[in-house]
Amino acid sequence: MNAETMSEAPLLSVRGLTKRYGGRIGCAEVDLDLWPGEVLGIVGESGSGKSTLLACLAGHLEADGGTARYDGRDVLTLPEPERRRLARTDWAFVHQHARDGLRMNVSAGGNVGERLMAGGARHYGDIRATAEDWLARVEIDPARIDDRPSQFSGGMQQRLQIARGLVTGPRLVLMDEPTGGLDVSVQARLLDLLRGLVRRMGLAAIVVTHDIGVVRLLADRLMVMKDGRVVEAGLTDRVLDDPQHGYTQLLVSSVLPT
Amino acid sequence: MTEYNFAYLDEPTKKMIRRAILKGLAVPGYQVPFASREMPMPYGWGTGGVQVTAACLVPEDRLKVIDQGADDTTNAVSIRAFFARVAGVATTTRTREATLIQTRHRIPETPLSPDQILVYQVPIPEPLRFLEPRETETRRMHALEEYGLMHVKLYEDIARHGAIATSYAYPALVNGRHVLDPSPIPRFDNPKLESPAIQLFGAGREQRIYAIPPFTRVVSLDFEDHPFEASKAEGACALCGATTSYLDEIVADDAGTRRFQCSDTDYCAERRA
Repeated sequence: MNAETMSEAPLLSVRGLTKRYGGRIGCAEVDLDLWPGEVLGIVGESGSGKSTLLACLAGHLEADGGTARYDGRDVLTLPEPERRRLARTDWAFVHQHARDGLRMNVSAGGNVGERLMAGGARHYGDIRATAEDWLARVEIDPARIDDRPSQFSGGMQQRLQIARGLVTGPRLVLMDEPTGGLDVSVQARLLDLLRGLVRRMGLAAIVVTHDIGVVRLLADRLMVMKDGRVVEAGLTDRVLDDPQHGYTQLLVSSVLPT
Repeated sequence: MTEYNFAYLDEPTKKMIRRAILKGLAVPGYQVPFASREMPMPYGWGTGGVQVTAACLVPEDRLKVIDQGADDTTNAVSIRAFFARVAGVATTTRTREATLIQTRHRIPETPLSPDQILVYQVPIPEPLRFLEPRETETRRMHALEEYGLMHVKLYEDIARHGAIATSYAYPALVNGRHVLDPSPIPRFDNPKLESPAIQLFGAGREQRIYAIPPFTRVVSLDFEDHPFEASKAEGACALCGATTSYLDEIVADDAGTRRFQCSDTDYCAERRA
C-alpha cells in the first residue's frame, strides 16, 4: 500500500455490524475499513463469526445492526435490485465450495459469460472471446470452454469460479475459505494466481480463512475473530509475528511447524 | 344439460379466473397465480386452457379447438365436444369463423382479427424453470428483470449445436418487460405472437394465467451475431402445396417414405377448397 491509496477514503467502511442467531451472537460490533487495492484477512476458529460477517456483507444474511458504507451508500439497507446489481457487477463472491458458486450443468464458457449477459452483453462471439481470455487468465485450457464444471477437478472448479466473478472487473472480492478442501500443491497454485490477479487488477478483497498460511501470503492486514468479536487487528506480519491478544498467541502457536 | 352451470365452471370460479385474466392483460407477460380447479380431464390435457375458455365463453361464441394445428385430433375433438355439451355453444373448424380458439402448441396460419381470442394450453409457464429450480428465486428474477440466465441457455445452445437449437417454447420478451414462455409452439409461430387478437395462456397444474394484449410488442430473445430465425422444415405440403406454412413430417408407408403436410388442417383445407 502506498501513500496515495492511503489518502483516499476507504472503499468499504463497516461500523458496529451485528448479527444474532436467536439468543446467540453470530458476530457483534464489528468495525472494519478496506481501502482500494487492499487485501484484508479474517482469521478465527470455526464458529468465530467470520463467515457470518462475510455473509452479512454479501447480503446472503440480513444483519441485525450496524452499517457498511460502500461508495457512500449503506449496502446493508440498499434496496434489493441495487444490491443484486452491485453483487453481479462491482462485487464478486468466491464460495468455499465451487458448486455453490457455479452452475454445474452449464458449460465453463456459459458460467463465465453469465455476468456479462446479465449486464446486457448480446454478442455471442464477444462473450465467448472474453470467456476464453478469462479461462486462460485462470490457467484453464481455453479448449475446455464447452466442458461442464462437473468434468473439472476441484482446483479447476475453484479457478473457474474466480474467473466467473472477475469477468466484469469488480472492485471488491469477498472470499470464503477459497482454498478449503484443496490439496496443498493445488492450494499453492491457486494462491499464486489470486495474488497475481489482486495485484494486477488492483482488487480490494476480504479473505475469510482459518488457514494462517493463506493470510500470510495474501493479506495486507489481518483481523482475528473470537466468539463473534474482533479481538485483534493490524498489519498481517505484525499480528502474526507479535501477537498481542491471548487468543491470537494461541492461534499462531497452534500452527504446525513446516 | 341443465345439471351444469353454463360452461361447466360455477360463476364465482369464472369471476376469479376473469380477475386473473384482467390482471394478466394489465401486466403483459406476468404470470398471475389463480386457484386452478379440478377439471374432468387429467393434467396435461389442457386443464388450464379449458378453465380460461370456460371463463371467457358467452352463449353467442363460436368455438374452435386445435391440437398441434389439427381440429381432428383426440384432444381437440374432446374439448370441442365438452364445451358443445356443457355450454351449448356453436363450434367450428374454420379459423375465420371462430370467435374463440383454444389451441395446443400452434398459432393458426390464418391471421387473427381483433374480435378473436386465442387461448393457449400451457404445461410449464415458467421460462426460467429448467435454469433455476427455485420458484421463490424465479419470481424474484422476474420482479427484478434479471434475465441474464435466459441468454445463458441460448449461449449453451450455440456452444453445443452451433446455432440456437431451441425450436419450440422459444422465450420472448413482452412489452419490453417480462420474459414469457409462449407454450410449446414452434418458434416458427413466435412472430405471430404480435397479434390483433387477445392471447391468453392458462396453466392448470401450475396454476398460472398470463396474457399478451392485442398489438403488444413481443421480441424473441437472441444474440446480435445469432439472430432469431422462425424456422420450419424445408419443403411443400403434399396436399395443398403450401411452402410458407408450418409442416409436419409424416412417415407415409412401411418403406419409410416421408412427406410433409400442413400442420394447420383448416388452412390446408381452405387452400384446397
